[in-house]
Amino acid sequence: MTRLALLSILLWAALGHPALAVRPDEMLADPKLEARAREVSKELRCLVCRNQSVDDSDADLAHDLRVLVRERIAAGDSDDQVIAYIRSRYGDFVLLKPPLETGTLLLWGGPVLIVLFGVAMIGRFYRGRPAPAPAPPLSEDERRRLDALLKGSGGR
Amino acid sequence: MRRRWLYLLPAALFVLLAAAFYRGLGIDPNILPSALIDQEVPDFALPPLRPEDGAGFSSADLKGHVSLVNAFASWCAPCRTEQPVLNALAQSKRVPIYGIDYKDKSEAGLAYLAELGNPYVKIGSDAGRVGIEWGMYGVPETFLVDRLGRIRYKHVGPLTQEVVERTILPLVARLEK
Repeated sequence: MTRLALLSILLWAALGHPALAVRPDEMLADPKLEARAREVSKELRCLVCRNQSVDDSDADLAHDLRVLVRERIAAGDSDDQVIAYIRSRYGDFVLLKPPLETGTLLLWGGPVLIVLFGVAMIGRFYRGRPAPAPAPPLSEDERRRLDALLKGSGGR
Repeated sequence: MRRRWLYLLPAALFVLLAAAFYRGLGIDPNILPSALIDQEVPDFALPPLRPEDGAGFSSADLKGHVSLVNAFASWCAPCRTEQPVLNALAQSKRVPIYGIDYKDKSEAGLAYLAELGNPYVKIGSDAGRVGIEWGMYGVPETFLVDRLGRIRYKHVGPLTQEVVERTILPLVARLEK
């Protein structure tokens, strides 16, 4: 019984759980608003750790930003307003997903362009090649040898 | 093949990409561009380190003259290296320096200034919110504010004598014209 309990604890631990950076005292009482705050802070980059979102990070600044996001949401701001506010302070870098704008067209369209270019090149490669010439018919001698070979393998 | 040059295209692209990456090697990833350049300083009013000093530091202090705003903290090691540079700059009376004591205990901030010197005209104590308003993501950070109260330049990391002489002072001279 103890062994089973130990095993289940080990299994549970081995599954790996995301460490929650959001502290209980930061959370909003209204679960709906809290859920919105979490979604918003998942979009924001922690400026200290760079590749974590504000929602994931334990950094002090991330904590401050989480509190700020919640304050604004509680004050009635829309998600977009909250993000726009933080973006006005920290620039596009604070957004984990770069916005689709004229300045980022190449960034978003680049992969599509490269695929199109590749397809065009492949098409060109095959179109430019002459069709393979039809094989000349077998001579009498070759046909006899082929028949013999086919018979030989079929008899096995 | 009349389109033989097309086969050179991948190699040419590679050369371009390599050049771009090589240039990228020289960029310090710790320095983020500020979104607030040429924007007006945010509205703020910070309390002083000592309540008996009366007024702390607020956005109204920055109107009408070029000023330098420096965020520091007693817990910030790199700040210690820039403090002598700031002291020298303050002594030259070239530009008034304002301080934001960032996420610090007042006593610790005061002890820090007593130890390393106080170059600041005014100091405000910030729990972090005003730092966000300024787009700060660490200390030390230094901002140059023009006469109209617009942020014109931001330096991330400790100021050095070289930065002051090559960048800050020429900018101050230009903004004062």
